[in-house]
Amino acid sequence: MPVYIGKRLLVAIPTLLIISIFVFSLQKLLPGDPILAMAGEERDPATLEFLRAKYHLNDPIILQYFSWLGGILTGDFGISLRTNQPVLELIGQKLPVTIQLATMAMFFAMVIGIPIGILAAVKKNTWIDYVANIVALTGLSIPNFWLGIMLILLVSVKLGWLPASGYESIFVDPVRSLQTMVMPAFVLGNALAATLMRHTRSAMVGVMSADYIRTARAKGLSPREIILSHSFRNALLPVVTLLALLFGELLAGAVLTEQIFTIPGFGKMTVDAVFNRDYAVVQGIVLCTAVGFILMNLIADVAYVLLNPRLRATI
Amino acid sequence: MTAVDQTLPIPAKREQSRAWRKMKRNRSALVGLCIVAFFALLAIAAPLLPIPDPIATSWSAIRKAPSAAHWLGTDDLGRDILARMIWGARASLMAGVFSVVIALVIGVPFGLVAGYFGGWVDMVISRVTEALLAMPFLIMAIALAAFLGPSLTNAMIAIGVSATPLFIRLTRGQVLAVKTEDYVEGARAVGLNHFEIMLRYILPNIVAPIIVQATLTVATAIIAEASLSFLGLGQQPPSPSWGSMLNVAKNFLSQAPWMAMWPGAAIFLVVIGFNLLGDGLRDALDPREA
Repeated sequence: MPVYIGKRLLVAIPTLLIISIFVFSLQKLLPGDPILAMAGEERDPATLEFLRAKYHLNDPIILQYFSWLGGILTGDFGISLRTNQPVLELIGQKLPVTIQLATMAMFFAMVIGIPIGILAAVKKNTWIDYVANIVALTGLSIPNFWLGIMLILLVSVKLGWLPASGYESIFVDPVRSLQTMVMPAFVLGNALAATLMRHTRSAMVGVMSADYIRTARAKGLSPREIILSHSFRNALLPVVTLLALLFGELLAGAVLTEQIFTIPGFGKMTVDAVFNRDYAVVQGIVLCTAVGFILMNLIADVAYVLLNPRLRATI
Repeated sequence: MTAVDQTLPIPAKREQSRAWRKMKRNRSALVGLCIVAFFALLAIAAPLLPIPDPIATSWSAIRKAPSAAHWLGTDDLGRDILARMIWGARASLMAGVFSVVIALVIGVPFGLVAGYFGGWVDMVISRVTEALLAMPFLIMAIALAAFLGPSLTNAMIAIGVSATPLFIRLTRGQVLAVKTEDYVEGARAVGLNHFEIMLRYILPNIVAPIIVQATLTVATAIIAEASLSFLGLGQQPPSPSWGSMLNVAKNFLSQAPWMAMWPGAAIFLVVIGFNLLGDGLRDALDPREA
């Protein structure tokens, strides 16, 4: 297994290099001179020249890229223009908030998506299956920022059950933290639940027509035993790997959800950085998200191999 | 007719009429088609409809609830929400369709070349595609829109570029499946050049899954445009778009909830329309379900 993981990590290197080229090129898309944007009101030629030299902007573009990449590899993602903090430190501060949100969203998605997916497969082509299909389609089509706004309107403004915005660390006040996170997590997990529902259904339908399920039926096992002990365990395999992949998607979805519910996480930081023209932070975010996404892909692959005895034997 | 033409697997016309017959039997696909057609008609006919100017403000009609004068109410500047919704449909549909056109125009040729030629060309294109796919769609679109500057055109470019790797991967995979078919070998044998083979013999036979993906991606692109406009990176005020209307509406939830209801409902409806249509097209164009 370590050899397999090592190989997969090696394969990720060219992908990461290409991503770094893309992220580096982003700053070249900026109209005008980036130093003027960075200097703001300060237009003293000596300062501008100092900044140009500091960021190697007088060098050929290839050298600029390598000096930027060198910084990234040593953990220097630049400094936030807004807060003057190192970008990596800023991301490190905000990420735990988003991870809490994403974990709760994942919980909602699993609790809703997997059981309904199983039910739809077991009751294939009945009204239950059709209703589940409509629920999944609705979940995939509803814009999550609108769902968030509508929930705030109903649950917070009309009913006054939950706070409409804010955040409290789970380590400081767990109850308040859960109260503030329930709605955003549901909103974020909604589309994921629909995706999980569809995949669980299709995996279950595939497994339930397998020979060993027919054998289990012939042996006289009850439908409940067949579903829980035979079908579900095998259908779960692609679903578990999908979960790892979708966790990366949650980071992207958090951008809008955190904006609506004013949660000070990774997503809100992205939007703030965009509007403050804090380009080093935007670049750092894209790079970190891509690295996170690749890591999740790796985890998904490893989980697939670990959970599948046939694949495990080949490694 | 050349020998190569005779080797084509299924006459395209028969294939099309079979697909259309299957589409007509699929009720949910027809519902999707009707929804999309309705919004498309609204968007096209917007200048001809007897509705108020969508950007004309009225201080005497600020945040009025739905009434006979303003069927869907008015917004924080007294503008008619129905008029803004109808004109907003233009921005949303245009963004959805043009982003996908950008993705197709870049993605399909790269996918064709990668799949057809293989070797180092395929390796380079595939690695770049994988890298771009490693960045979540929305994060990439936000980053691009941020660096390009906020406007509807830049949002469309950002969404189009972000969706491109999807079409490169799909096209490449389809080309790999088709390029060893007899009719492609036949085309090669009669001496057609690579360009002609790709355009006349490969592309027509891989177009079905690309159409299906394009339809489903329009739905994703509409949500992405609404998201960017919601964040202030798409359509700029005072021009209306459903996303930017929601962005303003979120500040007046308790005073004017109708401001938030309609634009979101419109996005939801049109996206569900494209999703139903895409699913229906997939079923209709899938030869396994013939």
